[in-house]
Amino acid sequence: MSSNRISDENLPAEQESAHAEVERADDPFANPGMPAHRPRIQDIDERAAKRSERAVAAMFTLSMLATIGFIASFVAFPVDKIVYIWPFGHVSALNFSLGLTLGVALFAIGAGAIHWARTLMSDVEIIQERHPIEATPEVAAQAKKDFLLGSAESGFGRRKLIRNTMFGALAMVPLSGVVLLRDLGPLPEDKLRTTFWKKGLMLINQNTNEPLRPEDVTVGSLTFAQPEGLDDHNPDFNNEIAKAALMIVRIQPSEIKDKRELEWSHEGIVAYSKICTHVGCPISLYEQQTHHVLCPCHQSTFDLSDGARVIFGPAGHALPQLRIGVNDEGYLEALGDFDEPVGPSFWERG
Amino acid sequence: MSTASDEKTRQAPAGERVADWADGRLGIYGAAKGMVRKVFPDHWSFMLGEIALWSFVVIILTGVYLTLFFHPSMNEVVYDGSYVPMQGVRMTEAYASTLDISFDVRGGLLIRQIHHWAALIFVAAMFVHMMRVFFTGAFRKPREINWVFGFLLFVLALFTGLTGYSLPDDLLSGTGVRFAQGAILSTPIVGTYISMFLFGGEFPGHDIVARFYSIHILLLPGIMLGLVVAHLILVFYHKHTQFAGPGKTNNNVVGAPFLPIYMAKAGGFFFLVFGVIAIISAIATINPVWAIGPYRPDLVSTGAQPDWYLGFSEGLIRVMPGWEINVWGHTFVLGVFIPLMIFPLVLVALAVYPFIESWVTGDKREHHILDRPRNVPTRTGFGVAWLTLYFILLIGGGNDIWATHFHLSINTITWFIRIAFFVGPVVAFVITKRICLGLQRRDAEKVLHGRESGVIKRLPHGEFVEVHQPLDQGALHTLTAHEQYKPAELGPTVDENGVERKTSPVEKVRVKLSKGYYGEGNQIPKPTAEEYKEITSGHGHH
Repeated sequence: MSSNRISDENLPAEQESAHAEVERADDPFANPGMPAHRPRIQDIDERAAKRSERAVAAMFTLSMLATIGFIASFVAFPVDKIVYIWPFGHVSALNFSLGLTLGVALFAIGAGAIHWARTLMSDVEIIQERHPIEATPEVAAQAKKDFLLGSAESGFGRRKLIRNTMFGALAMVPLSGVVLLRDLGPLPEDKLRTTFWKKGLMLINQNTNEPLRPEDVTVGSLTFAQPEGLDDHNPDFNNEIAKAALMIVRIQPSEIKDKRELEWSHEGIVAYSKICTHVGCPISLYEQQTHHVLCPCHQSTFDLSDGARVIFGPAGHALPQLRIGVNDEGYLEALGDFDEPVGPSFWERG
Repeated sequence: MSTASDEKTRQAPAGERVADWADGRLGIYGAAKGMVRKVFPDHWSFMLGEIALWSFVVIILTGVYLTLFFHPSMNEVVYDGSYVPMQGVRMTEAYASTLDISFDVRGGLLIRQIHHWAALIFVAAMFVHMMRVFFTGAFRKPREINWVFGFLLFVLALFTGLTGYSLPDDLLSGTGVRFAQGAILSTPIVGTYISMFLFGGEFPGHDIVARFYSIHILLLPGIMLGLVVAHLILVFYHKHTQFAGPGKTNNNVVGAPFLPIYMAKAGGFFFLVFGVIAIISAIATINPVWAIGPYRPDLVSTGAQPDWYLGFSEGLIRVMPGWEINVWGHTFVLGVFIPLMIFPLVLVALAVYPFIESWVTGDKREHHILDRPRNVPTRTGFGVAWLTLYFILLIGGGNDIWATHFHLSINTITWFIRIAFFVGPVVAFVITKRICLGLQRRDAEKVLHGRESGVIKRLPHGEFVEVHQPLDQGALHTLTAHEQYKPAELGPTVDENGVERKTSPVEKVRVKLSKGYYGEGNQIPKPTAEEYKEITSGHGHH
């Protein structure tokens, strides 16, 4: 067989060709050929066959009934009806009945068809020969000849100028498609470096929507804040809050280990970016005793009493701190934007 | 009416006349030759691919339905539908229409749940199907290309799942998209550009749902549909593989014909798969997007998990140490970028395996008889090592869940995964290989001494022995039908004239690998006919 050329002398001998017919009788491991067909009960007992027929028909009938049940459920149950069904609890009556009836209608067709195939259709195994996939040498030679002839007639190999300019044209034309993608979005520029925060913006408590006073921030609590003037009707609210979200805690100034952190705080109130420096999840878990915060997505842990440096997990650098103070009316305010990009790291971050 | 046409109507029934008409235009009789009664072998493991195929069909059917109601828009609306807890909440149209599908469209929730369950089952079925093909060596010539098609389907399904999962714009899926965006940002040089272009500006922007929508419902499934068709054409063209057994050879295929048996069995199986998914969707809620609310970049829920098939990439990103290098004003975000690169490598290792093995064996023949995994211990070892890596990372992806459910320290789990990432696959490889070799020995034992009958006989001198029954020839053949390669060897270092021969380093690697696969101690020589005869002709042997 042309496809079964053996390229390596270390290949095992082929089972079929290695044993000549004479040898075969002698070989205890030779392929004995197909075993005789063993009839099923349906093949010899017409009553059993009838039983199978009825079983298949019953399954198809069950399917029809289930479809009727589906339509009836669709009409009968209001979309918001909730019922208690053991052991699933409180479920939507419509979803439950539609799914169950549809499932039974489909399953019964499948079960019927397979039971039919297994019990009533012939189960005599058939042997078919395989043929090598690759072409015979003659066919292969003819195909190659045809290709060379066609290629020669085109002058493809001979007229190099045509060939090369064609390659050039074909290589260049997709560039138009690439250029068209340019307007998918703006260039990064310094968009990732700036946030909504600027000097004088008050810190708004996200729970109450009121400006925060220092006395609102108690030891042991975690407060989320956003900049004054950013409201959720702003079409760019999500883009801005993705960078400006703030986490505020109060730590005894004596417990703050980082010098700059203390300097940028107000009476021990520190404001850090809420956006994790790993891949940007909002950090939301605070351990008040240790002043650790944990990102629930990938478990990066930061120590808010020590410059929010990473103490565990996959984040690569500390959370950026926002420098805060108190304005004339006694509200907490930002003393500027973050001095480094918030959120995940990127190439140009530096 | 002419007599001729009268005669014709009398001769042929309507169906046949339609077929004749079609044959004159499409040549269907020629195409049907060899197809209608095409033989497929039977084995339970051949059904795994069918589950994948049929769940894909279910996904397409339900997906088309969902497009009729879903609005892929990030315009903000105030929800006023019938789900009370969300009334008055600002959300995108995408999320609002998902709530409508779940609460206001009759049957909408069912179809949404069928779509999502079918997607999970689709990927799981492909995964298990791929393992079946891998461990039985069904990827060998002539099926390498079909292996690659299958691999591409698997990878595309991962991305179709990711994009589909993100469409409802709920808090959980938005967090997943944020993760993807953060990972993209870590790419050196072009990261920020890709992110800006993908999201139409800063994260999250107003475009990502509409863009994912077109990718999810058109681009990726379009390619997948083409690949599925090609995959099936090749299955037909190559004829299905079969396990060794009486009457089965490398040159034939033994089984039942397509019409009627497989038409009924495979066709019926579609209804079984669809039916089971529908019942699951009736009783088990999946992705209750209404429970956690619309996405906001500053909010998150705990225990955030991707769908299971992306869990291993989640594991990679969670256990990686946060390495970050700043040089010349630029940042190498290795803590994110390395996992981002290992992710495709883990998958590609699977894709290229058939080509590596065929290079090691140097075997250019067609293989239609499947291997039993035990008879190829090294391959089986590699497969189990890969699976071990995959599942270790899957555990890593849920390290918070493990920590809270089993009251373990998350730090301990993370360190365990970091070490197991390197050690686990090696240990799994060694253990698997030993098990395979043990099973090979048992097979050899069974061939030579027969199967244990459970009957204890007392010999005249008092010794107790168990009676062994010899195997019939069919069983003997099945247990000895596998081929055993001899390890490749380097040729002599000098040629016949005594001149030094050069062996390329590549060839040296090949020989080393070949020894690892087929060398001494890496496979148990199967019993020979001589051994068998010697033992069975012997007398007094039990």
